[in-house]
Amino acid sequence: MARPEDYRKDFPILSKGDYIYFDNAATSQRPDCVVDAIKDFYENSNANPLRGLYDWSVEATERYENARKTVADFIGASSTEEIIFTRNTTESMNLVAYSYGLENVNEGDEVVISVMEHHSNILPWQMVTKQKKARLVYLEPDEEGVITPEEYKSKITDRTKIVSIGHVSNVFGITNPVREIAAYAHEKGATVIMDGAQAAPHIPVNVRELGADFYAFSGHKLMAPMGIGVLYGRKDLLENMKPFLTGGEMIEYVTREDATYAELPHKFEAGTVNAAGAVGLEAAIKYLQNVGFDFIEEQEKKLTKRMMEGMKKLPYIKIYGSSDPDKHSGIVTFTMDGVHPHDISSVLNDDHVCVRAGHHCAQPLMQFIGAGSTARASVYFYNTEEEVDRFLEHLAGVRSVMGY
Amino acid sequence: MDLKGLYREIVNEHNLRPSHKGNMEKPDLILRGVNPSCGDDITLQLKVVDGVIEDAMFSGSGCAISQASVDMMADQVIGRSKEDAIKLAGTFMGMIKGEIKDEEELEELDEAAALQDISHMPARVKCAVLGWKTMQKMLEHPEEAGNVSTENQ
Repeated sequence: MARPEDYRKDFPILSKGDYIYFDNAATSQRPDCVVDAIKDFYENSNANPLRGLYDWSVEATERYENARKTVADFIGASSTEEIIFTRNTTESMNLVAYSYGLENVNEGDEVVISVMEHHSNILPWQMVTKQKKARLVYLEPDEEGVITPEEYKSKITDRTKIVSIGHVSNVFGITNPVREIAAYAHEKGATVIMDGAQAAPHIPVNVRELGADFYAFSGHKLMAPMGIGVLYGRKDLLENMKPFLTGGEMIEYVTREDATYAELPHKFEAGTVNAAGAVGLEAAIKYLQNVGFDFIEEQEKKLTKRMMEGMKKLPYIKIYGSSDPDKHSGIVTFTMDGVHPHDISSVLNDDHVCVRAGHHCAQPLMQFIGAGSTARASVYFYNTEEEVDRFLEHLAGVRSVMGY
Repeated sequence: MDLKGLYREIVNEHNLRPSHKGNMEKPDLILRGVNPSCGDDITLQLKVVDGVIEDAMFSGSGCAISQASVDMMADQVIGRSKEDAIKLAGTFMGMIKGEIKDEEELEELDEAAALQDISHMPARVKCAVLGWKTMQKMLEHPEEAGNVSTENQ
């Protein structure tokens, strides 16, 4: 059985100082091989992809398109035409909202999301529903953070045109029943979009098995560079959509008055693309596949269990979401009586512990759970039990620093 | 001073036992100040008579640094003229941004000068200046600050 130590050596930043990095839900760290892949692209095959008629450009194009193939295989897409490279999940969601949502949602229709969504899966749908005079409907979780069948069956109706739901919550860490929700939504004739930002780095994803019509995720949360993201879309849907951004390299033919668009997926990739980012994403996916989701899930569960057990011994700490550590996907969101989350984070930073504090770009969820903001510790497979123990020790010291 | 020392020696006293927290009866000026990124949310209330701040109170919630900073601010501005208070806010914000380091100038801030170290913690700057910015805004643009005493009549 592998150990986290076997992988830590691949991450230069993890041996820098004595920092404990527990903000993996915000962004993960990069292994050498990802940084090397980017460097190699720029040192050996840098040219503008998809345009040049010379070796370097051809090579850059090949590397970019190979990355697309790796992504397609990684999430079980039917073809590379279904993989659009974007900057991040947010851009992927906006692409769907503008190019699909605005065209297919009409007055009186309903768009269903959940109160657990990240802002990037809320604001685009606020825009669409406001502009089209449609209704935005929120699914709400129970005490354990679960969206029950009763809940989604009462809110997804014949009026529902779009269901857009996070695969894994970035606050609760809970995996939503997206497969079941998609099946029910399809029965009702709705299109299903999944925000996989918090899922793709941690659990195996197969877009066809899940029943996703669209699936979005970011590279940077799974060890790839920042600035490269993915939108999967079912080919027949993408084919009928208008471009999101227009301009260079997404066209087929342009006259002074009009243009026809390029074939998929290039129709949705206007301008010079982030080829090095895509190459870095490919390296990250291969690294992740080598580590394997079995190990990732097992290690995250082990660490989360240890963390939650330790935190339960501190009576002034409240943990949000499920009481079962296995359902946290490496995320523990909490508050401390009398201490603001920002102060928790600042005091822990003094001890070189990195945790997130704030609303995690999920303000409606914060309002729902009745907390202005929360602190969040999130682990990945390269974190260790020893780090969890040190974190718990420092956490127990926070209240005395704060005058209690 | 390191952050823990700052909390222990100055911030906690004002955060846990604020002298000016609560709601004022019939304030002359009232304004809400919010840091949307972290959820600091205060409502500052001032009683201003003949151009002099006679009383200052705040309500709301936020992190210890935001709460302590606004409580210390109230200590410093009560009894000052509007102009002096605006000038003092400029000094405080200059200090937090690391632009004013002159000891004599900072002495004016009295205890609030202890927050000077926040200038090395960019993530906490907004927390420290919230109360001061709110006060500056309501004094410079009283038309934007709700006048509760007339609203209640």
